[in-house]
Amino acid sequence: MAKLIHPRRALSTNPLKTSAPLGAAMAYLGIEGAIPLFHGAQGCTAFAMVHLVRHFREAIPLQTTAMNEISAILGGGEQIEEAIETLRKRAKPKFIGIASTALVETRGEDVAGELREMLLRRSDFAGTAVVYAATPDFTGGLEDGWARAVEAIIAALVPEGGPVLPGQVNLLAGSHLTPADVEEVAGMVRAFGLAPIVLPDISASLDGHLSEDWAGHSLGGTGLADIARMGRSVATLAIGEAMRPAAEMLAAKGVPAEVFGSVTGLAEVDRFVAALMRLSGREAPAVLRRDRARLADTMLDTHFQTGGLRVALGAEPDLAVSLGGALVGMGAEIVAVVTTSGLSPAAERIPAAEVILGDLGDLERGAEAARAQILLTHSHGRMMAEKLHLPHVRCGFPVFDRIGAQDVCRAGYRGTRAFLYEVANAMLGQLHRPRPEDFGASRPPMEFDHAPPPPASH
Amino acid sequence: MAEPLKQQIAEAFVEPACETNRAKSEAARKKGCAKPLMPGAAAGGCAFDGAMIALQPIVDVAHLVHAPLACAGNGWDNRGSASSGSQLYRKGFTTDLTELDIVMGEGEKKLYRAIREVIEAEHPAAVFVYATCVPALIGDDIAAVCKVAAMRFGTPVIPINAPGYVGSKNLGNKLGAAALIEHVVGTMEPEAPGPTDINIIGDFNLSGELWQVTPLLDRLGVRVLGSVSGDARYRQIAMMHRARVTMVVCSHAFLPMARKLEERWGIPYFEGSFYGISDTSAALRRLCALLVERGAPEDLLARCEALIAEEEAKARAALAPYRARVEGKRVLLYTGGHKTWSVVSALQELGMEVVGTSTRKATEEDKGRVVEIMGDERHMFDNMAPREMYTLLREARADVLMSGGRSQFVALKARVPWVDVNQEKHEPYAGYVGMVDLVRAIDRSVNNPMWAALRAPAPWEAGAVVAAVAPLVLAAVPSSKTDFEDC
Repeated sequence: MAKLIHPRRALSTNPLKTSAPLGAAMAYLGIEGAIPLFHGAQGCTAFAMVHLVRHFREAIPLQTTAMNEISAILGGGEQIEEAIETLRKRAKPKFIGIASTALVETRGEDVAGELREMLLRRSDFAGTAVVYAATPDFTGGLEDGWARAVEAIIAALVPEGGPVLPGQVNLLAGSHLTPADVEEVAGMVRAFGLAPIVLPDISASLDGHLSEDWAGHSLGGTGLADIARMGRSVATLAIGEAMRPAAEMLAAKGVPAEVFGSVTGLAEVDRFVAALMRLSGREAPAVLRRDRARLADTMLDTHFQTGGLRVALGAEPDLAVSLGGALVGMGAEIVAVVTTSGLSPAAERIPAAEVILGDLGDLERGAEAARAQILLTHSHGRMMAEKLHLPHVRCGFPVFDRIGAQDVCRAGYRGTRAFLYEVANAMLGQLHRPRPEDFGASRPPMEFDHAPPPPASH
Repeated sequence: MAEPLKQQIAEAFVEPACETNRAKSEAARKKGCAKPLMPGAAAGGCAFDGAMIALQPIVDVAHLVHAPLACAGNGWDNRGSASSGSQLYRKGFTTDLTELDIVMGEGEKKLYRAIREVIEAEHPAAVFVYATCVPALIGDDIAAVCKVAAMRFGTPVIPINAPGYVGSKNLGNKLGAAALIEHVVGTMEPEAPGPTDINIIGDFNLSGELWQVTPLLDRLGVRVLGSVSGDARYRQIAMMHRARVTMVVCSHAFLPMARKLEERWGIPYFEGSFYGISDTSAALRRLCALLVERGAPEDLLARCEALIAEEEAKARAALAPYRARVEGKRVLLYTGGHKTWSVVSALQELGMEVVGTSTRKATEEDKGRVVEIMGDERHMFDNMAPREMYTLLREARADVLMSGGRSQFVALKARVPWVDVNQEKHEPYAGYVGMVDLVRAIDRSVNNPMWAALRAPAPWEAGAVVAAVAPLVLAAVPSSKTDFEDC
């Protein structure tokens, strides 16, 4: 158990954290035909949208209730109604996910109550599922907002269980998984003949595909009909500690749940595969066995670089547990780690002596003091990477100075393999040729040096 | 084979300075020390490879390989010799002989043009031209081309006559060194030769190993005048004849060169090693004693003892924290020569158990030292087939294999840690600090938690024990943090 450190300071320098409503928006985007709607001032939405667009390099449908100075005082219920009406008219979404912001939560608005009242009154909204999650910017980060959104979806759209549908499993995907990760994990589930309902399924919406259509809502994602059947699954597999409350909600509807803190690293993936074997009653398919054997060989080839590697890690709790755990399992040492939120028990499970709940400024100081050799964090870590001359493996959100963040897979046997190569190669790319100074040795006397002739004058 | 080359090879085999050779009967000595290679079961490098390895670390020389592409193309930029100056030695230069060059007999002309081009482009201190199988077969007169080119371009151009087919890598080492004696040594004079100038032969400054030792020499006021060939400049080779003492670092192949330096210029030599604490100390003692014999100030001896005492204490203190981490670990050593025993005592001192040590390329004296250190001969073995080694390691009869790169994958595939102690290694382990680095590397390797994960059974293997995640107890499910019921 890591000791959680709360720095005693007022100033946050170079934030690691991304806001909770943005996390909720990302989760909502994993639902088919969705438009996330921020209940707040329009700037909240604009900043979040720019962030999302830079990361995914996609047009992101994200709207706002555009709170103004009057509604900020008198209440924003009407703003929501108007927003839903406009969105329905313009983009015909099947799903609108509302995320509150600090503004309305500070006001103390009873959004849930107003929404219930409004939906009863506006029967013409029936064709659009509307879900609301309380995600004030001042509580938690992206991971928490994502989790609240998933919980809101389950609460609103999953009816009480019915007859079990054999082979159907719920796969609750945490915010630390990229679209490629989600696809990999869902593929493993399918490889055992199981039919997963992935919630939320950003692998079908934010995976960076060129579609044949333009729409003002998400294209792809978990279908609403599938969500409605989640109470009848054989089991729920939740990836990431942040997904535990959502898994527990499904468990309350009669679906047994297992939570996997990580699906990166040999032992962690083994545990997931063992669960799939138990659930399906099937043997592991040959392709998966081959993937495991390849990962084992990758571990042999990369442990020369990862053994004793001093890592600085800045990530939200679930991502830090996944990537940090995989590296520690390979002999690395997490010498400096900063995470965003102590709300999740995962924060304490990050494999390090101390975990700072702080910012990239804390990480920079920690990495420098502990002589870290590599940095793992999102793109904003690039300044400290430059300053400390560290190779920088980009992970988490946002990744805006590299292309293809959605396609990076670090989950499952295959993803772990790619991750280990990524880290080992980052180190190999840094290898400098030895110099006498490294050993405190002097250079040979100048008289031995060959002086090439001066360049011929023209 | 050309007569001079034949003679050179014959000479290499009767090397009087070589102990192995001296121990042989007259008849055995005549046969030479190169074992005939067995087609289908040979894996080592050729004579060209050996010559290249011996000389390529000379940093400000353009190393030009006169050959079809394979000789240089498949073998360049693959060694870790470090340079404190010019990086020219790392570039791959070759004449890239084509079918037309060979059929039309254009080899010599192409070589001459290549020498001119490399001199114009790189202004090297010298050009070393390596002969290889094909030009040797078709009769290119490389020596003549080099001579003409050197005269025309005013840059030394040295022929290195060691085509691959004449023998092994070891022979190539000798032929390369012989070329230096014949063409380079004694062609320049140092500005201020001193009473503590030395030559070091047989160290290639791999990963900077030489620099783990030179700070010690600096503190004793000893200057490395000549080096074959770690971090060497061409001039240092040319001035070697003015050194007072030559140290040959763990290499029989370079003894002939040391002996010739003694014969021609009266420089005494000794064999020593910088691997292991006691070896490093012994080498420094011997070096200083010889220097004093040759006129260095007497107080060098006392200063050397003080340095040894200080450095040994420092090294032992640095090693102490690792004792608990490596104690009891069983090591299989698969190296050869003096390394058969030179690191054994250091490992034993840390409580490690050496379960076996290979005596490949080891002399009788080396073997004697093994017995002395390990008590008996039970732990000595000669060669081991990869299959046998795999089985031995797979049965977990050793905790770590220390060897060269060729057996790396035998250990790894047997799920056993491996530490590189041969020439391709990426970490320097010389001198006192190097020993600490070596033990750190062993610690890092054997104590990596990855091994346990790797040896654990897969989920589908019989008897797999995979800790199941505790199933949720419904009663323990806390109420949701947020109230969503009224959405």
